[in-house]
Amino acid sequence: MQPQNEVMRRDVKVWQGVRAALPIVLGYLPLGFAYGVLAREAGFNLWETVLMSVLLYAGSGQFIAVSMFGSGVAAAAIIFTVFLVNLRHLLFSASLVPHLRRFRPAALALLAAEITDETFAVAINHYSDHEAHLPYHFGLNLTAHFSWVLASLLGGLAGNLMGDPARFGFNFALPAMFIILLVMQLKDKQTLVVAALAALFSVVIALLWPGSWNIILATVIAATLGVILEAWTGKF
Amino acid sequence: MDRQILIIILGTALVTYLPRMLPLVVLSRMGLPEVFLRWLSYVPAAVLAALLAPGLLLPGGKLALTANPFLLAAIPTGIVALKTRSMALTILTGMIAMILFQH
Repeated sequence: MQPQNEVMRRDVKVWQGVRAALPIVLGYLPLGFAYGVLAREAGFNLWETVLMSVLLYAGSGQFIAVSMFGSGVAAAAIIFTVFLVNLRHLLFSASLVPHLRRFRPAALALLAAEITDETFAVAINHYSDHEAHLPYHFGLNLTAHFSWVLASLLGGLAGNLMGDPARFGFNFALPAMFIILLVMQLKDKQTLVVAALAALFSVVIALLWPGSWNIILATVIAATLGVILEAWTGKF
Repeated sequence: MDRQILIIILGTALVTYLPRMLPLVVLSRMGLPEVFLRWLSYVPAAVLAALLAPGLLLPGGKLALTANPFLLAAIPTGIVALKTRSMALTILTGMIAMILFQH
């Protein structure tokens, strides 16, 4: 009796995770489609477009990688920029530790591959009043990832047919995504100041020094100033 | 498959996977230094602002404060982002605004 109960319970948990992913899927479909279109525009073929969604699986990182590649930026600078952009996942992963530390490292290594802003937000919210379950988490992660890959494939297929994506406003899909992600990051006054400093440094450095180092330099300087500012104003 | 693109895909996938995996698997009993965590907490907002600002202010690499569709489209997009906090609605608004402003 006991094993059968376990199996049924696992089944229920998986579907709970799948259902929890549905709002994410609604957001991922248009965004993944836009990525697919932009990747083809930047010179990726269909398989490269889909492979990036399978292996990298990070919306903003993928938009940045293909747009930088399209403007002829070197691979090393692209990889380093994506590293900085996705470094925030370190915080997500660290915040999941208290909920997931009792599970096997191998399972966690698999689960970690599909941590995104959205799946993290849904999972950590669920774990604030439910016990953590791997079947739930994998149901959530795999559903979200599948919808992202599917949307990239559809965008990649459409990309070749629709001509100049700017005609449909796709040239603003990336800035618009940065705007909403930035708005969601602006939690307090310090973060707002750091963001404003980063924007200013990024523009000034880009004007003085063409290339893509403005993103990395502005981020490191602004975040460091944020920590110094925090110490100064005695926030902690 | 283009070699440069393959390097970019594998490289970006690796540098994205490691920060997703290491705290959960390796550091779960150690923890990170407090000052590093605080520095990290500023990185997302900083990097997003650093990416966004040149795209809006320097289309084509030159400072453009007037007659700039990117800057104009950012206004309704920002308002929708603040009001709805919905990724899908914000991107849709941005794309529609861009179609309107670039003509």
